[in-house]
Amino acid sequence: MDVSNAHLLDDAVVTTTLDAVVTWGREASLWPFVFGTACCAIEFMATAASRYDISRFGAEVLRFSPRHADLLVVAGTVSYKQAPILKQIYDQMPEPKWVVAVGACASTGGFYDNYTTLQGIDEIVPVDVYVAGCPPRPEAILDAVISIQKQLKEEPKFTLRHQEFKSKLDNV
Amino acid sequence: MSETQHINASELFGVIFQAKEQEGFSLLLDITAIDNLDKSHPTSTRFELVYILRHEDFKTLKIFKVSLADPLEGVESITSIYTSAEWAEREVYDQYGIHFKHHNTLKRILNHNEFEGHPLRKDYIITQGQYCTTSQDLMDEMQPLLEARCLDMKEDDLMIVNLGPSHPASHGTIRTLAALDGETIVAAAAEIGYLHRGFEKSCENHNYNQIIPYTDRLNYCSALMNNIAFSKTVEEMLEITLPDRGIFIRVILSELSRVIDHLVCLAAGLLDMGGQTNYWYLFNPRNNAYDFLSKLTGARLTNSYMRIGGMTHDLYEGWQDDLTDVLAKIDQGITDSLKMITHNRIYNDRIQNVSPVSADEALQYGFTGPNLRASGVAYDLRFSDPYYYYDTFDFQMVVGSVGDTYDRMMVRFDEMHESMKIIKQAMEQIPDGAINVSDKRIVMPSKDDVYGGIEGMMNQFKLVIDGVKVPKGEHYGAFEAANGELGFYIVSDGSGTPYKVKVRPPSFYHMAAYPKIIENYQVADAIMTLGSLNIIAGEMDR
Ligand code: SF4
Repeated sequence: MDVSNAHLLDDAVVTTTLDAVVTWGREASLWPFVFGTACCAIEFMATAASRYDISRFGAEVLRFSPRHADLLVVAGTVSYKQAPILKQIYDQMPEPKWVVAVGACASTGGFYDNYTTLQGIDEIVPVDVYVAGCPPRPEAILDAVISIQKQLKEEPKFTLRHQEFKSKLDNV
Repeated sequence: MSETQHINASELFGVIFQAKEQEGFSLLLDITAIDNLDKSHPTSTRFELVYILRHEDFKTLKIFKVSLADPLEGVESITSIYTSAEWAEREVYDQYGIHFKHHNTLKRILNHNEFEGHPLRKDYIITQGQYCTTSQDLMDEMQPLLEARCLDMKEDDLMIVNLGPSHPASHGTIRTLAALDGETIVAAAAEIGYLHRGFEKSCENHNYNQIIPYTDRLNYCSALMNNIAFSKTVEEMLEITLPDRGIFIRVILSELSRVIDHLVCLAAGLLDMGGQTNYWYLFNPRNNAYDFLSKLTGARLTNSYMRIGGMTHDLYEGWQDDLTDVLAKIDQGITDSLKMITHNRIYNDRIQNVSPVSADEALQYGFTGPNLRASGVAYDLRFSDPYYYYDTFDFQMVVGSVGDTYDRMMVRFDEMHESMKIIKQAMEQIPDGAINVSDKRIVMPSKDDVYGGIEGMMNQFKLVIDGVKVPKGEHYGAFEAANGELGFYIVSDGSGTPYKVKVRPPSFYHMAAYPKIIENYQVADAIMTLGSLNIIAGEMDR
């Protein structure tokens, strides 16, 4: 909006839909909680630093309390030992919330097909966007943020997401 | 120089005590075990323990091997001789189920507390994962600490604070439990293993070249260095040396990796302190270095550029200009950052005299690398046991005096300058010629040969399917990596796949000391200390 013309809107009434306003607010203010565990987290650091600058997409307000965040970025390998912590953090985030699995490990266990590593975080929490790569380049992580922004436009705004999801660690 | 000596379980304690007190083996590098179950020529006992010690001349190695009749019976713990044995023995117990008598806290360390079995035993199936549902409260470790200090939670009005494993300043996946009196930490315990990814078990079902991508992900801030350290160890077993050009490329890339590693450590450390501008100054040139690396290797972070016997390809045309530019930018970043902190009261007051570690303590804890040098011990493998022509380069060892958080950070700042000096000299002196050894049993044939003739095709096929065959034997190879002595203890049965690989991870030992050295300092100091130790979870937990 051209601010110099703001007076033109002085007494105006703008009509829109509630959905449109909510979407507009949500897409431009995703607050990520970075669950960074390994090499991918280092590339997330690069995504947040000035060259790639995640703030261009409105997602630079990194929160270190899950209760303040609505975008869970899981960057790195999640081991069986780490899994209950991931679940707890996800549960602590208020709705609506989105999850990005950054990299091969978070998406599928990557090349750690062994006794230590969870074979994909979607066993524990529902995932909205998977990012390929080991580690993905910062551009790919930005692309995931943009995908979430697109996705949330299409979604119903006032119902809980992923109610049908069953976690391997439910009821324990 | 290394010497292996077989000893009996009953005399172990005495022999090691003597090695330390009388023969001067002041550094316990690592303890591991070998499960002989799958060996083609069965040995008399199933398990063997391996103790690797380094002499205070920082050159001589001594390896003790103990055959073990009964893992449950075990051996005497050597924690009273070397503090660093505490976690090392716990790891052997966790991975192999071998008992250590009179160890205070013999419990799992890498695997979770609900885990059953011992994964590095040969009869443990590699893919058998086990879900974990709870976290431990660590009070079993905290309570004895408090008792030893005559403290009581209630009477002394202490508070327990849990830092991590998911905490912005816990650098990934480290958990520390601290008992606080006001702001002061009176006792602390640490839990690791959250990033245990089964590196050592995975090595046992991949051939040597396939392991290289796994080594990238040990210390992922200086991936190339791990590639080089691993390849170098295997090459030592094969008794081959690279042509000079190959060696120079390795030196240049090692030192560049060391600079990148220190940049990330310092950038993150200063960010933890609130110096965000320093983060940009130090982190941005690292991006330039990554541009160079991705142009050279195809990847920014996890390069996998090395191979046994050399590397995938030569440097590209025009690399000198790119690298010179990168070095100039790094230099600028360091200068800008130092301008902001050298005379900065906040920086100096917050970290000077915080968590100092004396030289003796540092050796007891098993410190190596910049953290040990900060404590005033002049140990650097590039000087004490030079490899790759390091004795011909003109550079200096950076040594601190107090061993506090300040020294640990400033040693890293100065080491970056020294590394850049080496890079510049190596760039001038690098010769032309081959980069790989010329041995068909080790290095892949050229693509022309593979597509052009049956011999080349078979050669490639055999190398891919069977891998590089390494002569039967055991070897410990050490490398001065960014965080300290990175070692690989490899057992080969003569095939293309290692029988066993054990990493000697510098961060593991630094982390073991961490809960002890933050005592009597404040929580905010502990955060800085953790940053200055540069704990990299991938390397620590493997
Ligand atoms: S996907 Fe690759 S880079 Fe990312 S955490 Fe896993 S191993 Fe590391």
